[in-house]
Amino acid sequence: MPRYEELAVGDELPSQSFPVDRADLVRYAGAAGDFNPIHWNERFALQVGLPGVIAHGMFTMAQAIRVVTDWVGDPGAVVEYGVRFTKPVVVPDDGVGAGVEVSGKIGALLEGNRVRVELTAMSAGQKVLGRAVAVVSVP
Amino acid sequence: MPLDQSFVGRTYPPSAPYEVGREKIREFATAVRDLHPAYFDPEAAKALGHPDVIAPPTFPVIIAIPASLAAVNDPDFGLVGAWVVHGDQRFVYQRPLRAGDRIQCEVTIEAIKSIADSDMITLVNDLRTVEGEPVCSVRSLFVVRQTESEPAGDTTTRTAATTQAGES
Repeated sequence: MPRYEELAVGDELPSQSFPVDRADLVRYAGAAGDFNPIHWNERFALQVGLPGVIAHGMFTMAQAIRVVTDWVGDPGAVVEYGVRFTKPVVVPDDGVGAGVEVSGKIGALLEGNRVRVELTAMSAGQKVLGRAVAVVSVP
Repeated sequence: MPLDQSFVGRTYPPSAPYEVGREKIREFATAVRDLHPAYFDPEAAKALGHPDVIAPPTFPVIIAIPASLAAVNDPDFGLVGAWVVHGDQRFVYQRPLRAGDRIQCEVTIEAIKSIADSDMITLVNDLRTVEGEPVCSVRSLFVVRQTESEPAGDTTTRTAATTQAGES
């Protein structure tokens, strides 16, 4: 577990790579109650001008914070988390799916043992989240 | 037609209480493939200082999005039938949600910005326990297009609100 006094601006958190396939999207749709067909129906997704079925932005957001929560150890230590959905994560029905690579670095050390972490999330070479920032308490 | 600016600052009555359950937390954590023991095992959560299993950081949306419908489906506001695209999402936590919480959600229209044929609307959902303890604020920016044609939609993610607004 990280210790506040040992951290410095620019420190990198361990990067992670998260797979996402169509089954994940169906499972997330059910768990979250978000049944928008752009997340499971290729015909509908193409009809509305998307390149194919895309992941729920909130699914990608849930994956990206793992870089912070796995690093800090207690997911309840997150005090702020925000993202902008800049590009969709396109999830092909090819038996492989897509991947999201997430990295994070410390952007600022704040008062009260809080740390601002800047996250980068990439899929198929594109930045899928913008202004992805979390603030987390560390011991 | 741009949305009516006089709606900025409007707060809707609180939603019916949502009871956060252990099994729903486990289902949601499994669905986002996050198997942290604090989401599954009350003892593991207690070891981290939480009274019961806690919910993953993005869990509050499953309470906030349905509660947002108070604003989205307000016939006077003009979102009904529009294309709604989720642009930004932000959470500020007073503490993590946990099993046993009974949560009410109050949605406020925080901002409306009109650019070309789109409106950008910011909704803030304040989540409190029925006892009145603030738990989390969920701020969502939606891009609203009041057009008859299909949206471009290739750079954005639509949420449940899309379908709900679009099919109302």
